[in-house]
Amino acid sequence: MTALLIVLVVLLAIAVVALGGTHLQYRRRRPKKLPTAAAGRILFPFMGGALSQRALDAALRLARAENATLVPVFLARVSMHLPIDTPLPRQSGVALSLQEAIEQRATAWGIPVDARIERGRTYRHALRQTFEHERYDRIVLAAAARGNYGFDADDVAWLLDNAAGEIVVLRPAADTTIGLPPPRPQRAPQPALERTGA
Amino acid sequence: MEPRSSTEAESPVKERRRGRYKIFLGMAAGVGKTYRMLQEGQAEAEAGRDVVIGYLEPHDRPETIAQAEGLEMIPRRRVRYRDAELEEMDLPAILRRAPELCLIDELAHTNAPGLEHPKRYEDIEDVLNAGIDVFSTVNVQHLESLNDQVAEVTGTRVRETVPDAVLGTADDVVLLDLTPESLIERLLAGKIYAQDRVQAALNNFFTIENLAALREVSLRQVAEEVEHKRVITGAAVGGREERLVETAAAQAIHDRLLALITPTPKSQRVVRRAWRSAQRLGGELDLLWVSNREPDEAEREQLEALRRLASVLGAHLLIEHGDDVAATAARVAEDRGTTYILMGRPKPRSAIRRLLQPALPFRLLSLLPGVDLRIVADRTRRAGGGGNGAATEAKEEP
Repeated sequence: MTALLIVLVVLLAIAVVALGGTHLQYRRRRPKKLPTAAAGRILFPFMGGALSQRALDAALRLARAENATLVPVFLARVSMHLPIDTPLPRQSGVALSLQEAIEQRATAWGIPVDARIERGRTYRHALRQTFEHERYDRIVLAAAARGNYGFDADDVAWLLDNAAGEIVVLRPAADTTIGLPPPRPQRAPQPALERTGA
Repeated sequence: MEPRSSTEAESPVKERRRGRYKIFLGMAAGVGKTYRMLQEGQAEAEAGRDVVIGYLEPHDRPETIAQAEGLEMIPRRRVRYRDAELEEMDLPAILRRAPELCLIDELAHTNAPGLEHPKRYEDIEDVLNAGIDVFSTVNVQHLESLNDQVAEVTGTRVRETVPDAVLGTADDVVLLDLTPESLIERLLAGKIYAQDRVQAALNNFFTIENLAALREVSLRQVAEEVEHKRVITGAAVGGREERLVETAAAQAIHDRLLALITPTPKSQRVVRRAWRSAQRLGGELDLLWVSNREPDEAEREQLEALRRLASVLGAHLLIEHGDDVAATAARVAEDRGTTYILMGRPKPRSAIRRLLQPALPFRLLSLLPGVDLRIVADRTRRAGGGGNGAATEAKEEP
């Protein structure tokens, strides 16, 4: 009887040790969480096939300093001939590649990312839609420079009038872009006209 | 015009072999599809074959009209529709005439109501089934799966679409390739439209960027078509069996993807990979959240963002109520004909839960034996990862 009890106790002890070991292993294996409940949100709107690395780094530095979530917003233009809710497979391909690049960089900095693609008839229209849908505390954006995508002086003036929160505008260096090369000049004048419309 | 069943006309030739089908595909109007079709038709006639023109749309282009000279043309039939009189291809006349080869322009055309079929590509099926070889033409923007893409590129949505399978049924697809610059030169020389329409065309559709993008889409489409046929038929000899295998394989290859998501920002990674895979496979994408409760405020916000993302991508967001994620996902997958499931890396589970129930991927595999499962990795955790993800992304997708 005593021997049976001893065997039972030993078996129980082995089971407890085994379970404890497994639990420790499970806890050790569990990936460290990124800060997901960040308080602030920093909008980082961009367009076209490339984005300014300098502006992105500035947005990431701000997000880290403020424990904020970075919200990269790809602004997609929908031609006047199409319904505004039309799917945009070509621009989505570009947007998702750039968002992937942003997310990889942000993760290296330990910053949570919550990316968006926003449609509009013009970039400003897409921005206006963004302001309607999104919570944010700051906006970081890249100013247009020669041969780069970005926001020009009129856009920035428009943003100051229409956006809540702080706006940080950064002038990008020409050689620090992520993504595809800037667009080739077009034969038709339409895009330039659309660009200025609100 | 009295509608007439085409089966009546084809019954005497039921046992004949199906005709060979060649499609001349172009990136835009004016690349020379019709001209090339006529040129090859003339060559076939020279070689002694019985060739007729079933339908020709020369668009008043003198070169095209000249190329058609000498070939017998089946007269068009007149159809009254409302107050207008329309001219349509005369399918019964073609079947009665029963040539060896019939040239039929613009296969994406929509017929006037009351004819044998709503679409011309369906008329062509009857002609092929009667054992008559067919040469036909179509522009790439008429292909159903490319319609959104081309509409986005050009800002013009084409209403007359044809299923991509039509291209798949062709024995040969010939791409008429022309550089955008050459096409614009042809346009400026008045070889495509009359001079009064040239400026409008240049300002709208015929831009270098539009044409370059359309050219890329066309080249890619034909490359995929060639690859598809090479994989399926291999070195096998032609024949009915081969065609049956090809048709069955085309159906099996039609993919539909289901991405399992939760309303959190990290699900976007799964959505991105799933969408890229869907694009490469030419399949539809569904996004599914299985929940056993009402979403809280943060989840509602994320769901709204996911709904907008799905709309931009052309995907479908589904929200299903259920306690068992695997069983609910399996039901949705069966209902929607899913061939491919994508999900994020499952959360690590405790030893007790592991003992009680297999992990979600294993359950899905056992519930859906005919469905591929892909677990999307977090590339930011990959050793040596980071850097410019945009550059590495494309290389790793299937």
